[in-house]
Amino acid sequence: MDFLNAIVALSNFVIIPAMAYGSQLALGALGVTLIYGILRFSNFAHGDTMAFGTMVVILFTWLFQSWGISLGPLPTALLAIPFGIAGTAALVLITDRGIYRFYRGQKAKPVVFVIVSIGVMFIYNGLTRFILGADDQRFADGERFIINAREFKEMTGLEEGLGIKTTQGLTVVTAVIVVALLFWFLNRTRTGKSMRAYSDNEDLALLSGINPERVVMVTWLIVAALITVAGTLYGLDKSYKPFTYFQLLLPIFASAIVGGLGSPLGAIAGGFVIAFSEVAITYAWKKVLVYLMPEALEPSGLVQLMATEYKFAVSFMILVVVLLFKPTGLFKGKSV
Amino acid sequence: MSQSIRTYALFALVALLIIGTGLLQGWDLALVILNMGLVSAIMSLGVNLQWGIAGLFNVGVMGFVALGGMAVVLASVDPVEEAWAAGGARAILALVLGAATIVATVLAWKKTKNRWLTAAILIAGFVVYRMVRDPGVDAIEAVNPAGTGFLGGLGLPVVIGWMVGGLLAAGAAWIIGKTALGLRSDYLAIATLGISEIIIAIMKNEEWLTRGVKNVTGLPRPVPDAIDLQNDPGFVERAASIGMDPTAASTLYIKIGYGLMFAAVLIILLVLAQLALNSPWGRMMRAIRDNETSARAMGKDVTFRHLQVFILGSAICGIAGAMMTTLDGQLIPTSYQPLRYTFLIWVMVIVGGSGNNLGAVLGGFLIWFLWVQVEVLGPGFMTWITGALPDDSGLKEHLLDSVQHMRLLTMGVILLLVLRFSPRGLLPER
Repeated sequence: MDFLNAIVALSNFVIIPAMAYGSQLALGALGVTLIYGILRFSNFAHGDTMAFGTMVVILFTWLFQSWGISLGPLPTALLAIPFGIAGTAALVLITDRGIYRFYRGQKAKPVVFVIVSIGVMFIYNGLTRFILGADDQRFADGERFIINAREFKEMTGLEEGLGIKTTQGLTVVTAVIVVALLFWFLNRTRTGKSMRAYSDNEDLALLSGINPERVVMVTWLIVAALITVAGTLYGLDKSYKPFTYFQLLLPIFASAIVGGLGSPLGAIAGGFVIAFSEVAITYAWKKVLVYLMPEALEPSGLVQLMATEYKFAVSFMILVVVLLFKPTGLFKGKSV
Repeated sequence: MSQSIRTYALFALVALLIIGTGLLQGWDLALVILNMGLVSAIMSLGVNLQWGIAGLFNVGVMGFVALGGMAVVLASVDPVEEAWAAGGARAILALVLGAATIVATVLAWKKTKNRWLTAAILIAGFVVYRMVRDPGVDAIEAVNPAGTGFLGGLGLPVVIGWMVGGLLAAGAAWIIGKTALGLRSDYLAIATLGISEIIIAIMKNEEWLTRGVKNVTGLPRPVPDAIDLQNDPGFVERAASIGMDPTAASTLYIKIGYGLMFAAVLIILLVLAQLALNSPWGRMMRAIRDNETSARAMGKDVTFRHLQVFILGSAICGIAGAMMTTLDGQLIPTSYQPLRYTFLIWVMVIVGGSGNNLGAVLGGFLIWFLWVQVEVLGPGFMTWITGALPDDSGLKEHLLDSVQHMRLLTMGVILLLVLRFSPRGLLPER
């Protein structure tokens, strides 16, 4: 019984939150990795693009709510996601046309692109705060839980409860669908194959008649979709604040780099590695250990390796360790 | 020749802008802009050393600036005797043990390459560190938590705190450089960004060291206190003789005092930076930046030189951070935001002209001026734009409310315009 309780507590506080967080990071990291693979730079504006996309979703959610449209038990935001993707796609395509294309024409060095993306980051950041403000926004509605901790206790008779939030379940399901679609697209369709060819060897791809501008455009569209979904899921699961999204840049980049920049599979693996380590290292293990250890050995403290505020340190340390020992990441990424 | 005319003209423009502010909007605001402009110029001098001259992509400026601020607290605040008695020795011992653990781990890995031994040392060291640290820290934080709750500092003069700030930032840069400088540019960028967030997290959470989110206020000042000046009959008389109100005169006096001190620091650092840039050392650094492989083939120790310039640049940022905290008179860990303290400094360097020390200084002044003025003049501008809208319009209200966010937008636009039309900055490197 104690063992079951320990497993339930572990699932409730570590496995389920980390699964949801990992899915969100994976979607974000896929965007970073795609931009790195095709456009060959690290996009510092990624977190703020995410904030912008989520903002559009929030605005449409409010609009639908005011019209009385809802999805019943599911959050209304799901309905608004396509509009959010369209808005974000428009924004990134305009940015690419107006800004990045000029530097592609000049064959500028990757570091110039990075600095340009810092400028873009300022603009997106200002835009988001200008339209929606810098405060916390709540836009989740619908049923809060799939399984409520109390119901679970009554159902199973265990001491520990297991709660699964709707948003957590939704995050994992959506992420699986989106990733499946992405891989189908990259591996099965003509455009997807031309994207991979372009990423592997630009010159060869150009020689075989692949239109680079089209590849770039499709990449931005996919990135806009991925990042809006990721941002909306994160906002539903936790809360929406532009600054938090800016700070997500670090774990997202860490996921992409740990997995190997340029490798989509690596981005997903990296997302879960980072999420699980972050949650596991900042979780107070006392509850789980109390069930597992014999009474004499029970811990007196919280058995928390690090305070929750140090979660950035966790993703960072994993990043440094991976870079020092396996510079191309877990899955062979590029090193330009 | 035209370059030097351009330099004089642009610096004259900055002087004109600040004097114009003084004439039109009051000297108080002009001095606020000037003082932080001096600090910003020093920060961008540090970043220019790293990026402009050596090509190191450091986006962890905020971390070094914050360390400088922490140094002021550690050096100049009076020690809290009770807290030292309660747990000071334990906390210091814990720090030493923590450092020893890291050193032992690195040594074990280098000597034996045995990952189990290395991991065992790291874990054992961490457990011992926490066992020593936790009771000590709890004891320190329990001493008068509302008033102090931290160890305090050494009670040294505040100007020594500036030097400590430089040293602390240099020490941190040495550790960071040892681990991260081998990475290629965008990995280095992410790594430094992460480190700066970690430094801020430490300052927010280690209350025994910096009081964390409870902030440290009332830091000692290197200039006379405003109240003392107002009570000094001699000062009041002199203020009256030039026709000024003693309150206004005392704030101006203090601000001018800061301005002179900061200007002295800026001039010293600028002269040193110019000498370095034009020396054989400067030529070597630029050679490494332009072609690392050929510089290495010429027998230059690229790794060591990168570490050296990374430490120097970070130390300058640390000094500037210490000066800024002194100017504010308080340390507020939550006020450090990467957009303001990292990326804005980058905008200054890029706009001013990376690789050119004078350019970086110019960028520091100019961008800081705009950063302040967009906020000061923004509401008026927005009122003018929205003048045609009816007063009860929701759009007008929203636009007026969010005018404060205009400046991020402005900075982004300025950076992109400069990158597009004058990619080498306003004062390009020769």
